[in-house]
Amino acid sequence: MSLFSFAKKTFRGGVHPFEHKEMTENLAFEIMPDPPTVIVPLSQHIGKQATPIVKKGSVVSLGSVVAEPQGFVSIPIHSPVSGKVMNIHREPNTSGYPKDAIIIQTDTTIEGSEKFEPLNYETISGEAIRERVRIAGLVGQGGAAFPTFIKLSPPDGKKIDYVILNGCECEPYLTRDYRLMLEKSEDVVVGLNLIMKAVGVENGIIGIEDNKPEAIEKLKGVATRFKNIKVEVLETKYPQGAEKMLIRACVGREVPPGKLPMDAGVIVQNIGTATAIYDAVVKGEPQLYAALTVTGKGINSPKNLMVKVGTPLQEVLDYCGGVKEEAVKVIVGGPMMGIAQFDFSAPVMKATSGIVVLTKEEVNEHPETPCLKCGKCIEACPINLVPTKLSRYSQLERYEDAEDLNITSCMECGTCTFTCPANIPLVQWIRLGKQKVIELQKEKKTA
Amino acid sequence: MELTFWIALATMGGLGFVFAGALAIADKKLRVEENPLIGQVNDLLPGANCGGCGCAGCYDFSVQLVEGKKPVNGCPVGGEDTAKAIAELLGLEAGASVKIVPRILCKGGNKEAVKKMTNYYGPLSCKTMHIVAGGDKLCTYGCLGGGDCVEACPFNAMIMGENGLPIVIEEICTGCGICVKACPRDIIEMHPIDREVFVFCKNHDDPKTSKAVCDVACVGCGICARKSDGGIEMVDFLGVINYDKLDPEKIPFEKCSTGAITRISKN
Repeated sequence: MSLFSFAKKTFRGGVHPFEHKEMTENLAFEIMPDPPTVIVPLSQHIGKQATPIVKKGSVVSLGSVVAEPQGFVSIPIHSPVSGKVMNIHREPNTSGYPKDAIIIQTDTTIEGSEKFEPLNYETISGEAIRERVRIAGLVGQGGAAFPTFIKLSPPDGKKIDYVILNGCECEPYLTRDYRLMLEKSEDVVVGLNLIMKAVGVENGIIGIEDNKPEAIEKLKGVATRFKNIKVEVLETKYPQGAEKMLIRACVGREVPPGKLPMDAGVIVQNIGTATAIYDAVVKGEPQLYAALTVTGKGINSPKNLMVKVGTPLQEVLDYCGGVKEEAVKVIVGGPMMGIAQFDFSAPVMKATSGIVVLTKEEVNEHPETPCLKCGKCIEACPINLVPTKLSRYSQLERYEDAEDLNITSCMECGTCTFTCPANIPLVQWIRLGKQKVIELQKEKKTA
Repeated sequence: MELTFWIALATMGGLGFVFAGALAIADKKLRVEENPLIGQVNDLLPGANCGGCGCAGCYDFSVQLVEGKKPVNGCPVGGEDTAKAIAELLGLEAGASVKIVPRILCKGGNKEAVKKMTNYYGPLSCKTMHIVAGGDKLCTYGCLGGGDCVEACPFNAMIMGENGLPIVIEEICTGCGICVKACPRDIIEMHPIDREVFVFCKNHDDPKTSKAVCDVACVGCGICARKSDGGIEMVDFLGVINYDKLDPEKIPFEKCSTGAITRISKN
């Protein structure tokens, strides 16, 4: 440690893709007007999908609950607009497969909106924060969309001593978190304070990559007003924003394979989650908006937007001046881990962080060639796996061998595929193998 | 010099006798009697070790057969001839054995299935296509055309047709059922070769959606089910056949607007 103390804090491995954040980093958030219809998926989170409590023809007001949670790992869903329920039906989804959704036609003549009672963040108890976060239907904004209230309730016996706020935004192109840190720096820090209170932790860290000096400056300024919150400057590298990498860089702890950050005494939350918690507690607003970046060389006017949850992608793209002629690929999420879309009627969801429209020059479309055994992917893998072997085992259906090499630890960051000179779709194969191994493990458990 | 020679000979010879003795005793004391029938049955089996019978290879099948846990005609690959030979050896009745073959229950080839406005770009295997958005076709239930079943077939009895749907060569097919496991969308089913009526679709979408994604999908109108007298049941907009009750004469095949339910003739 002492020998390298001059070096910036980071982790082993990783890559540094072109950032391309210049297109939107200086644009302030715009609030997009309500679309004529919203498609609100019942499953916007990991866990069981919510059960609708409205019927076809019901009239709903802004912010009213339209679906109740089902089971523990589930959250309520609120109507993002005032209007009439047109249908409850399987609709296209950004995940690729259609999912049940409530379709609501916006009607501005319907008055009234439902909100929670605003609470004072200085006097509120941890219990009250957790309950508010649960009924406001918050999900993690980092991408996996895990219900936030569960992450704020660590099981008894787990000693947590750090909350880390993830301000890395290591995905290229996206600037949502950056803009949130600049425009809502107050909310971010108070949000972090609320998380710390809810979990009962003394130390808070905001980890930011060194390519965002303005955000670092601003948050450092705000953080001085709170004790025990510090801003940590990290090296700009993908995937710096992955939980385990962030923990390694900020507090120097290693999360064991197959364990959660909680097992290393840390809870990681996203910048977007912190502001959403602020909105839910201090302003009393359920999560109706998704903050996202619409960017890429294929879109006419890139923007940072506040979009109502359930807005079809097409509406968002149209609002940004439409897609250019030469655009070839539309990705929801970041370009590294996002999902390419084929149907623009799919809606924006709570955890949608960006829409990236890429042109041919930005997309790497080279044919796959045989593995060179160069080992670049092994060098780059941030969690020390062997992508070459894992993908090969998965291809050959040798799932037991893949399990022995810890395939389930893979977080699918795609660093290996990005770095592969032979253009082998490594992460795609590993993803398949991972799913199969998890299936087999479950089978073994039940048998 | 001579003494060294005798010492060496005595030592090596002595060791030889000791070990030979140990082996002789072990042979008598630790002997496991194997039913000679197992070996004989195993010789009659095809030896493909395909697992189509549900056992871990041909030898395991012979063990279970001799123990009475598997029927004489339990080997789908060997078929009638093998069953007869084994029955003769064991002095049993072979019983009737009808050949079973896989049926591809999807007609949505490249021409019939509606394509997405985008192209799939990634590994060309049904399994990997299935875990993302599922290849180029819009239907989320149908054949992906990646040929995982063709690749999995240990007997080369499947080929990929021009239309992007796999074809089973019934003469070569042994009915082992490996293709069924290879298909991530479960559209392959094993059926006796003389079964004639099938619903060639697995789409559970509502009529509007299924019409939009494929020209030959079961749209869920339910005409066949109403006329079938319980032979066909509608499950989430898809006709499911109950072969015990089915009477092919009652089914109005010509009324099916997309031809999803069809009677195949053997010639």
